[in-house]
Amino acid sequence: MAKPTVKEVLFNPVFANNPIGLQILGICSALAVTSNLQTALVMSLALTLVTGFSNLFISMIRNQIPSSIRMIVQMVIIASLVIVVDQILKAYAYGLSKQLSVFVGLIITNCIVMGRAEAFAMQNPPVLSFWDGIGNGLGYSVVLLTLGVIRELFGAGKLFGVEIIALAKDGGWYVPNGLLLLPPSAFFLIGLLIWALRTWRKEQVEKPAFRMAPQVVEKEAY
Amino acid sequence: MSTKESTTRTLMVALAVSLVSSVFVAGAAVSLKPVQIENRQLDKQRSILSIAGLGGDGMSAREVKDLFASRIQARVVDLETGAYTDAHDPAVFDPLKAARDPKLSDALAGEEDIALIKRRERFTTVYMVEKDGKLESLILPIRGYGLWSTLHGFMAVKGDLNTVVGMGFYQHAETPGLGGEVDNPNWKGLWPGKQLFDEQGKPVIRIVKGGVDPASPEAKHQVDALAGATLTSNGVDRLIQFWLGEQGFGPYLAKLRSKGV
Repeated sequence: MAKPTVKEVLFNPVFANNPIGLQILGICSALAVTSNLQTALVMSLALTLVTGFSNLFISMIRNQIPSSIRMIVQMVIIASLVIVVDQILKAYAYGLSKQLSVFVGLIITNCIVMGRAEAFAMQNPPVLSFWDGIGNGLGYSVVLLTLGVIRELFGAGKLFGVEIIALAKDGGWYVPNGLLLLPPSAFFLIGLLIWALRTWRKEQVEKPAFRMAPQVVEKEAY
Repeated sequence: MSTKESTTRTLMVALAVSLVSSVFVAGAAVSLKPVQIENRQLDKQRSILSIAGLGGDGMSAREVKDLFASRIQARVVDLETGAYTDAHDPAVFDPLKAARDPKLSDALAGEEDIALIKRRERFTTVYMVEKDGKLESLILPIRGYGLWSTLHGFMAVKGDLNTVVGMGFYQHAETPGLGGEVDNPNWKGLWPGKQLFDEQGKPVIRIVKGGVDPASPEAKHQVDALAGATLTSNGVDRLIQFWLGEQGFGPYLAKLRSKGV
């Protein structure tokens, strides 16, 4: 395998190897924080920074980590970074940190962070690992921001809390779709996004994991 | 087996990583603490203003501080006697800290402690909005246990000490989407206009399951419970009973009523 370049690790995860679209990781937070664009943006930033820096630090000490405790070491580093991000949010964006509630803390268990640490940072040099983390964060962000835009625009007629479409209840013409503000709508939207992505890039379509056996028991008609 | 995998090496690495991480985390927590405390205070003031119906949401920090300073008066109340006290300065007195201090609080026995707060402070801070020297609304701090967490909030009543102006919580950790809906503006909107007490001055406000029948004579004392959050609803119901009752603001409210203020 050729050595990956910075450009590859940074931009491949956006469409070619999207953590949500192809790897189907980090769905939980994608459902929870995308009902408006502002929380989606802050969550994206937080996750991108955490993934980038956890990859950097883990890669820096990758030759020192005994493989028997590598998971827990990764976890400690990721958890420390997440706590720091949480503290910073509480200090400088108190309202937002209240809205994001547990989901910032749950970045610790977000599979994308752990996945990149284990799959990439343990084998690659620090700088490249850092950009890989940022790249995967970008891939996550693209999906989150897309969901955030669709859900807030069509669910509340707003973007970043600013009115874009006049709502019927305030004398406008648009009747918002309340379902879009509820988490299940993000499920449908992610499904549609994955469908679109795989129609555009056929190589992402997975081979069937198994084939259904045909019905073999034939019954006589009574 | 390489030296990297030896037991001593493993322990060393684990220790080193833990040390560095803890210094990093502790450093961030300590250095950001002052800003966070200021934020929390501002959030509390914003919540008081919003529950009292004076605005607060979407206002800048400066505006919140100015409005709070110009409209809201804080007084410390002795919960035992119901009288105001000047022994504590309302600007710096922290009732939650007092509740943990054995000198300033009383332990609650099992059946008294319906809000599950374990200790009740002797003194607490109440907030008042006055207009032309008359009490327009009174904002009482309330707290109690829901499902996962202690909910901290305020109940604002009109000058008649009976009609609700607003109710809300500024801090809790209930399940987002279920119990967390105590923050939902629609639910909080059910509270204004409700009557807290009956003619005898007993707290009769209740959170009821299955919807409030508007035709019932009790409707003015009832609020619809949160869907899918029975335990949080029960907790809110009980903590309001507690703080309006004899253990809570009962004596203070009785005193206010008898003076006709």
